[in-house]
Amino acid sequence: MAVIRDMMPAFELFQPQSVSEVVDLLARYDDSWLIAGGLDSFEWFKERHVRPPVVVDVSGVDELKGIREVDGGVEIGAMTTLTEIVTDAGIRERFALLSTAAYAVATPQIRNQGTIGGNVAQDTRCWYYRGGWPCYRAGGNICYADTPTSMNREHCLFGASRCVAVNPSDTAPALIALDAKMVIRSRRGEQVVDAESFFIGPRTDITRMTVLRPGDLLTAIRIPSTWAGSAYYFEKARDRQAWDFPLVNVAAAIKTRGGTIEDIRLAVNAVAPYPMRLTRVENQLRGQALNAETAAAAGEVAIQGARPLRHNAYKVPLLRNLVTRAIRDSGTA
Amino acid sequence: MDFFQYDANPWGQEILVRISWDLLWASLIFGVLFVVGHLVLRRVWFPAHGGTAEKAAVAAAPAAADVPERVRRHSLGSRLFHWVMAAAMFSLLITAFFPVLGIQFPWLTIHWVSGLVLIAAVAFHIVHATVFMDLKAVWIGPRDLRNMSRRLSRSLGRPGPDPELPGKYPLENKLYHNIITAVGFAVIATGLLMMYRIDTPLFARDPYMFAEQTWGWVYVIHGLSAVALVTLVIAHVYFAVLPEKRWITWSMIHGWISREKYLEHHDPRRWSARD
Repeated sequence: MAVIRDMMPAFELFQPQSVSEVVDLLARYDDSWLIAGGLDSFEWFKERHVRPPVVVDVSGVDELKGIREVDGGVEIGAMTTLTEIVTDAGIRERFALLSTAAYAVATPQIRNQGTIGGNVAQDTRCWYYRGGWPCYRAGGNICYADTPTSMNREHCLFGASRCVAVNPSDTAPALIALDAKMVIRSRRGEQVVDAESFFIGPRTDITRMTVLRPGDLLTAIRIPSTWAGSAYYFEKARDRQAWDFPLVNVAAAIKTRGGTIEDIRLAVNAVAPYPMRLTRVENQLRGQALNAETAAAAGEVAIQGARPLRHNAYKVPLLRNLVTRAIRDSGTA
Repeated sequence: MDFFQYDANPWGQEILVRISWDLLWASLIFGVLFVVGHLVLRRVWFPAHGGTAEKAAVAAAPAAADVPERVRRHSLGSRLFHWVMAAAMFSLLITAFFPVLGIQFPWLTIHWVSGLVLIAAVAFHIVHATVFMDLKAVWIGPRDLRNMSRRLSRSLGRPGPDPELPGKYPLENKLYHNIITAVGFAVIATGLLMMYRIDTPLFARDPYMFAEQTWGWVYVIHGLSAVALVTLVIAHVYFAVLPEKRWITWSMIHGWISREKYLEHHDPRRWSARD
């Protein structure tokens, strides 16, 4: 019998107009669900796997929108749409890595509605988990994706700890490569977290993808001027070029001098439960000549420690090749 | 309050997942109530009814001259076992329950490594106790039960024969030891099974060695044992820091008790100071 899943369960809806109102609501209703663009949330609601009694819609909070110049860098409100990031002249000029990554997200319609805050805070796409099965991430005591017969083609190579789901964000590795800071507000005040530390894996908390706890609101993302105008590379491998989540993506920001890599930040996503900064590769690359040989060596280092599952071994050469290309072709993508 | 967590598997069957974390709060509250209750009894009831049982009984002590100034109570091996086990136990409880209480950190590896330390300590203790110690010292016999009855009567202010002094360990110590042995074996056995569900360098992961429902029971037994340990550890630490019990705690550090404490709290006929 068909199961009709196009009706959301009823919930109490709040539409605050300011950050302080949002923070108050989240503190008052600790079982509330915060909704930004709604692209991740409505799927949960319609599937009825998530039934929040209270939904806080922050789309009316103007403080959370827009792109501002701050100390030579930029501050992007969490409710800024991906399209605004893609089309913003300042970001395209100085932080093109981010606009390129944002452009790789889904479709124009989704980018018009989806926000940068929602993109970095979105939940994993593991279909066992999204299907409502009681896996570790959903509070159970088993991972349905990590069995000899599981459909785990899209799952992780690194960082598994009971759960093998991956983080699907395209903008997350770009933000890590740009050394972005995530601004979080709650009743406890404001907290600024490095993008790299914003994402957490199942070792830390198997039920969350980020450091955001109930009551926390991601208000903005600050990108310092440190990597403005540096050479960059972003590439996303996916099944369908038109519209899909990443199989692997890579983001690199590179500073060179006289053909030598002076400094680099490199991050990949969809290979671990969190976007992964490749510090070992970065350390190896600093001071090296930027050439094909160096790039190939970086690709080999990037895959060290990979532990493929039954159906995702293809991600190992994919990751290696993307990292190789990121170094070799930086500044051209 | 819930006792267990259930969920539906992909086939729509209800499966047991683990204990409800309400039981963690229950164990904490029970532990605190026990401490508060004992403090009240110690302050109000015991002084009004002739003090504690130890005070009530005065042994027909043999000549004190035969008793050395310091009587060895715990060997170095026993003390090392105790403190290693204590460290492992605290590590296990912190890594198990702090995340449940909202303090998140990468706990899993620390947890299973601490579990292995606990297992090694217990294995050492089993061998050490079997070869070098008197196993009967912790067995509860009819004499202990009779004595408990006398002590209860005395505590309630009823007339009757004096309770006897114990040998090396009073009934409370024996009870605690035996309860924590049972709970410890349960938590260790289930913990070892649960290690098959995670990646460790020790053996191949096989999360499907049991059916889901069986795994649910493994998690439940592990959880029940763990929350029981919360209460047991609270009680143990409470008694360890009580002023009148500190001489026992010190003996677990130095290894010996004084001649006075020996004669005051132990029956030399049942535990020789020269053992």
